[in-house]
Amino acid sequence: MKKSKGEKIFNIFNVMFMIFLIFITIYPLIYVILSSVSDPKMLLRHEGLIFKPLGKASLQGYKMVFRNPNVLTGYVNTIFYVTIGTVINLILTTLGAFVLSRRNFYIKKIMMIMIVITMFFNGGLIPFFMVVRNLGLYNSRVALIIVAGINSFNLIIMRTFLQSIPYSLEEAAMIEGANDYFILIRVILPLSKPVLAVMVLYYGVHHWNSWFHAYIFIRDRALYPLQLILREILIESQTDGMIDGATEMLEESYFKELIKYCTIIISTLPILSIYPFLQKYFVKGVMIGSLKG
Amino acid sequence: MKKTLLLNIKRYPLLYLMALPVIAWYIVFHYIPMYGVLISFQDFVPARGILKSSWVGFEHFENFITGKYFWRLIYNTLSINLIDLVFGFPVPIIFALLLNEIKSEKFKKVTQTITYLPHFISSVVICGLIIDFVKSRGIIPHFLSYFGVEPFNLLTAPELFKIIFVSSNIWQGFGWGSIIYLAALSGIDPGLYEAAKIDGAGRFKSAIYISLPSIMPTIVILLIMRIGRLMSLGWENIILLYNPNIYETADVISTYVYRRGLENFDFSFASAVGLFNSLINMILLLLANKLSRSLNDTSLW
Repeated sequence: MKKSKGEKIFNIFNVMFMIFLIFITIYPLIYVILSSVSDPKMLLRHEGLIFKPLGKASLQGYKMVFRNPNVLTGYVNTIFYVTIGTVINLILTTLGAFVLSRRNFYIKKIMMIMIVITMFFNGGLIPFFMVVRNLGLYNSRVALIIVAGINSFNLIIMRTFLQSIPYSLEEAAMIEGANDYFILIRVILPLSKPVLAVMVLYYGVHHWNSWFHAYIFIRDRALYPLQLILREILIESQTDGMIDGATEMLEESYFKELIKYCTIIISTLPILSIYPFLQKYFVKGVMIGSLKG
Repeated sequence: MKKTLLLNIKRYPLLYLMALPVIAWYIVFHYIPMYGVLISFQDFVPARGILKSSWVGFEHFENFITGKYFWRLIYNTLSINLIDLVFGFPVPIIFALLLNEIKSEKFKKVTQTITYLPHFISSVVICGLIIDFVKSRGIIPHFLSYFGVEPFNLLTAPELFKIIFVSSNIWQGFGWGSIIYLAALSGIDPGLYEAAKIDGAGRFKSAIYISLPSIMPTIVILLIMRIGRLMSLGWENIILLYNPNIYETADVISTYVYRRGLENFDFSFASAVGLFNSLINMILLLLANKLSRSLNDTSLW
């Protein structure tokens, strides 16, 4: 088919615009990666965009970061929160989604309403904080895991998926006298691998990135997740810098910048490296969720 | 009814056993805090608990509403969220419509993969990047210096906070936000476009008269949900970004609740302010839902 001139121009502009969007999305990351292997002194003096490492590329920043005990404990803590937290999330979410997808569960409707209400109305930060404190969970690892136990959106995504499993399969099992536990373990779960993958990713990434609960519930630095250590490095060093602006830099502050970029990479690398391979699962979650608002 | 429930429990005890931890979790972490909101009407003393603390009625609400920060907080909360809504909401839609016009499947895929990525980066890192890019020697002031702007730390300027905050939100969310629209677009019957082509409609007209109306229900639902969060969006990021110099434009109700409650331990007052926020939020949600139901028959419930 012949294309009109206007259409051709539109196509060119559209592609160029997309390339522009790709650039502004990805460039900050490239900037951080390049900075993290740059020469710290040159980095400090440099202004503007970077398209190759400044000076001789080296990994000295990374070596310094890995020697930092805080970063290491943070890393270990985060891995703990991510694994245990995600397991708890999966158990609770699967249980909730399963019972809510059962036809013969009498209180299904009431339970669903009870969940939906919490998505639009909550007691607020302070009463929530007090509950956690009254439970004796202040400054404990358990708080970070249990407080984020269920995400209602995820629960609904999973329920929507379970509802789409043909009823005849369960029926067949029920005729053979299977109970609900058996149906969940032997019939439903094996068919739910795609949605379970989505759940692992959503919850896992959430735990990896979450900082606020730790910020308000954890006092003991030995329990800090990586994001709180990052916050100290990235956000708080900033407030000092803001006071003096462009005064004399000390020798040690050469490395401050470099360390910042290295910690960003170290903390984001796990996400960046799994993301391209698992992207379809992340997207799938949105699709399942959008079937029913 | 009670009898049916008992019978149901008897017949499927395992279902109830499975539901128990989930229900318990919701009660403990969602419903008990709703009960805890009562402290908004008290002079709450933690040692005495809710039952024995003295009641003060609407005193905290009055203090908040007549207090010197009230209008500033209302203004900041609404304006940041409205700016985010007006500029941020259409971006994923426009992006999805434009991406839908890209012919090469491969290029489309690459664009999607890259633009979804920022959604998975933690707020701490995003805010760290913002701080780094807008500091006086950062990329953005450097860029602005070509236009004759003397470089300075942009986060020290109250008038710039909202722009910085909203544009970083858009940057992080436009790709991911487009997924749902792309899904809706891919579900459109190709026959419609064929028919339009025969009638002489160009690409632009097809986009306006076919693509856009087809994704309208999705747009409306997401818009209502977005309005329902109009008072609560992204305040944790504000805590990471703001500083006392720019409270004037950056402080919103939720950040104020955080400071009064968890930094000054003014539990009752902060809880009252939080409740006030929730109520406004609820009213906005109900209004938006009602409006859209009467306008085009789409609603959340």
